[in-house]
Amino acid sequence: MSLTPSQTVGPFFSIGLPWPGGPYVVPEDSPGATRITGCVYDGAGEPITDSLVETWQADPEGGFGAAEFRGFGRAGREAGDGTFEIVTVKPGQVPGPDGTMQAPHIDVSVFARGMLQRCVTRIYFADEQEANDRDPVLASVPAERRATLLAVPQPGGYRFDIHLQGPGETVFFRL
Amino acid sequence: MRRYAPEPEGTHPPLDYPPYRSTELRHPKQPLVYLPQTITELTGPQLGRERVLGEHDHDLTRQHEGEPIGERIIVSGRVLDTAGKPLRGTLVEIWQANSAGRYRHVGDRWPAPLDPNFSGAGRCLTDDEGRYQFVTIKPGPYPWGNHHNAWRPAHIHFSLLGQAFAQRLVTQMYFPGDPLFEYDPIFNSVPDPAARARMVSHFSLEDTIPDWAQAYSFDIVLRGPDQTVFEEEH
Repeated sequence: MSLTPSQTVGPFFSIGLPWPGGPYVVPEDSPGATRITGCVYDGAGEPITDSLVETWQADPEGGFGAAEFRGFGRAGREAGDGTFEIVTVKPGQVPGPDGTMQAPHIDVSVFARGMLQRCVTRIYFADEQEANDRDPVLASVPAERRATLLAVPQPGGYRFDIHLQGPGETVFFRL
Repeated sequence: MRRYAPEPEGTHPPLDYPPYRSTELRHPKQPLVYLPQTITELTGPQLGRERVLGEHDHDLTRQHEGEPIGERIIVSGRVLDTAGKPLRGTLVEIWQANSAGRYRHVGDRWPAPLDPNFSGAGRCLTDDEGRYQFVTIKPGPYPWGNHHNAWRPAHIHFSLLGQAFAQRLVTQMYFPGDPLFEYDPIFNSVPDPAARARMVSHFSLEDTIPDWAQAYSFDIVLRGPDQTVFEEEH
């Protein structure tokens, strides 16, 4: 059978997709809970006020699919200011290709009006340098662009901005 | 864990598609980097219980005091992968304009009436055969600002989580025979005409309920495992 094509999420996805619990991968009072905050920018450097960000990640032990760990976050609204915030815990390391271990990372889908399909990126953590240095996916990214995949520590959590285009364009992946 | 087959050229629209003007500043210009499918991409969220809560989540005509105005329809189909395997218990989320082509959203300012009895959002989980079903109102077409006299063909937005991050899909379902197809850059952004046709639902007399509602059928096919030797064409 043949694939169904992708179409844009917009406009007015906020009728159907975001929900109040969406940004909470874990409850706010969970041990180790942290906030990943960012903004989605277009090629003119303007915040995209109708964008949607989804995240998928391992639990802190590097496991997937445990009943008590949702692993999924969805944040975004329309008529917002382009910012998103996910409440989560830092994932553990998980296996990569050919017996490697991957540094803690979160898979991200970016959707918006004006995007005919999602863009896929990953959040890595700037304070995991040792693990990042051994990560096979980061190693495949041109060195000068790796920083676009790093969430930077800030009070209360991390900052991770997404640039769809232009200077500092985020690395997006073909999956 | 089995990897997912590559997506064939021409199925998904390019991110850079000038006829749809808003793509201009919203597409990456740097080459995409190959991401091997690891456990993160081969697993995915199971959101069922958190998102499908109410008895009328799948029935958009019964979410308010009264019935919405418009043509009552049943929209149903199966969610499968390219190997034909039904995807069970997967979340299907939809949203749409009302019968006048107006969305219940502060940003939608075109002067068509809102319907106090229609919110336009639905959710359900597929059953053991991958089947889903919604009861709703046929949405109307509406104008948009992309170019002079631009109108979107009537459509229902669909969001599928699938069973893995790699299967995630957001699409739109269209209605057969819409005269607006040839003028719509979003519909025509899909390069392969056969793939485009897969976004168009079929009228189903079989599922139509006499004296109550017409039915449209719409199967959704997500990425399937690689190394599929015998691929059936439908």
